[in-house]
Amino acid sequence: MNGIVSYGAYVPSHKIETGEIASVWGADGSAWAKNLNVYSKSVPGPDEDVITIAVEATRQAMKRANLNGDLIGAIYTGSESHPYAVKPTSTIVAEAIGATPNLTAADFEFACKAGTAAIQTCLGMVGDKQIDNGIAIGVDTSQGAPGDALEYSASAGGGALVIGTKNVIAKINHTTSYTTDTPDFWRREGQKYPRHGGRFTGKPAFFKHVVSCGMMMMQKAGTEAKDYDYVVTHQPNGKFPIRAAKTLGFTKEQFETGLLTPRIGNTYSGAVFLGLAAILDIAKPGDRILAVAYGSGAGSDAFDITVTDEIAKMDRSETVEELISRMKIVNYATYAKYRGKLNMGASK
Amino acid sequence: MSVPRFWRELDTRYNLIGSYCKITKTYHYPRRSFNPEAGRESIGSMEDYQFKGTGEIVSSTVVHQAQTGYEMFGPYCIAIIKLDEGPQITTQIVDCDPEIVRPGMKVKSVFRKLGEDSESGILHYGTKFILNEVSNLEEPEENIPDIEV
Repeated sequence: MNGIVSYGAYVPSHKIETGEIASVWGADGSAWAKNLNVYSKSVPGPDEDVITIAVEATRQAMKRANLNGDLIGAIYTGSESHPYAVKPTSTIVAEAIGATPNLTAADFEFACKAGTAAIQTCLGMVGDKQIDNGIAIGVDTSQGAPGDALEYSASAGGGALVIGTKNVIAKINHTTSYTTDTPDFWRREGQKYPRHGGRFTGKPAFFKHVVSCGMMMMQKAGTEAKDYDYVVTHQPNGKFPIRAAKTLGFTKEQFETGLLTPRIGNTYSGAVFLGLAAILDIAKPGDRILAVAYGSGAGSDAFDITVTDEIAKMDRSETVEELISRMKIVNYATYAKYRGKLNMGASK
Repeated sequence: MSVPRFWRELDTRYNLIGSYCKITKTYHYPRRSFNPEAGRESIGSMEDYQFKGTGEIVSSTVVHQAQTGYEMFGPYCIAIIKLDEGPQITTQIVDCDPEIVRPGMKVKSVFRKLGEDSESGILHYGTKFILNEVSNLEEPEENIPDIEV
């Protein structure tokens, strides 16, 4: 049985409220919060980045399943905000969990769905018996340009999944993808902030791919929306995932557990991993989950998952809800300082 | 710091790898090949040990004049902590109001960025510490002397 052996999650301990960001730009904070359905977003500390978040999430996953590093044959980290342009995040994660040197590692990039592409790669490696366990990580610390609409949502966080065949807590029954060349969001080499196509990011991009991929997945699995206990999709804001889930036939009870963006913002590659972790925190054996990621550029990966009896044996303390509840509010000045938005002058 | 110099100590910084002396049955951090308390007998009797990453505050201070590379933290807490296995280390305590840190508080390790050589240089990662269960802590006492009016 191939599937999820363990999972880990990490969200930074600071957050900024939408109204605070809006007040700096003379915008209507409550209108922005309501329109995006994003009321606060996580803010990484000055010493946090994709690498530190990936290590924290992966260490939690390793601890939950009591795994040693030498059992890991592959690590793939999906992100669009890797700290290095050249030098892998995944090798640092591997060293920090004691998995070196007998493993393969690489960093993936596909906007917000690079992490789920890593899950599919691990499934292939595990299914072909090349490795016993592989780790797929989705994490980001992306930024929106000051004053841009993205600044209200772009946040930080991520998760890690150990994919293997033994002691599987959630079987991955099927996976499928839907990919096209759709230029809805991009960041050129050397540019600090991404650019996007405004409303073009909606219907022809996010909705077309997520809904098509979700429908393809259910067709492949022979299921309907009512067969699932939970659904989680990519969540660039708090409204798109609700509309996509409803279009696919899901109800609030099915999508609310995995919908975290209203409280933590858009964690990009981390979004589906964190939503899935929040679901696995409370899932019972037999529960069925549909997960649909989305990455601009553009593509969707979907997973049809069934929770197994093994999950009842796992220590699932330090939940995503606990991570969120510990977050403390910072003001825009602190946020600007932490996110490197201050020009420190020539002496720096 | 040169790249190889930091690289040589990766496991010490990432994973709190120190040493255990089989002669005196004591733990040491950072790693050492010789235990001065046991003398030459300890040569060959020191084995690698990964610390659990839990301990408590022995003493702390709040740094207001941040050292180079730490300006974005200021003010921040630097503390001497005693690991559960015995060794004491100096470290930064992050993710909390630096004023609330007190001796005896329990801490646990986290993986953080320690610094960087320059904007284009190598990034340094390693271990810092956070307080356990910050939410249960009392508010810091106001540092205002009693004045009779």
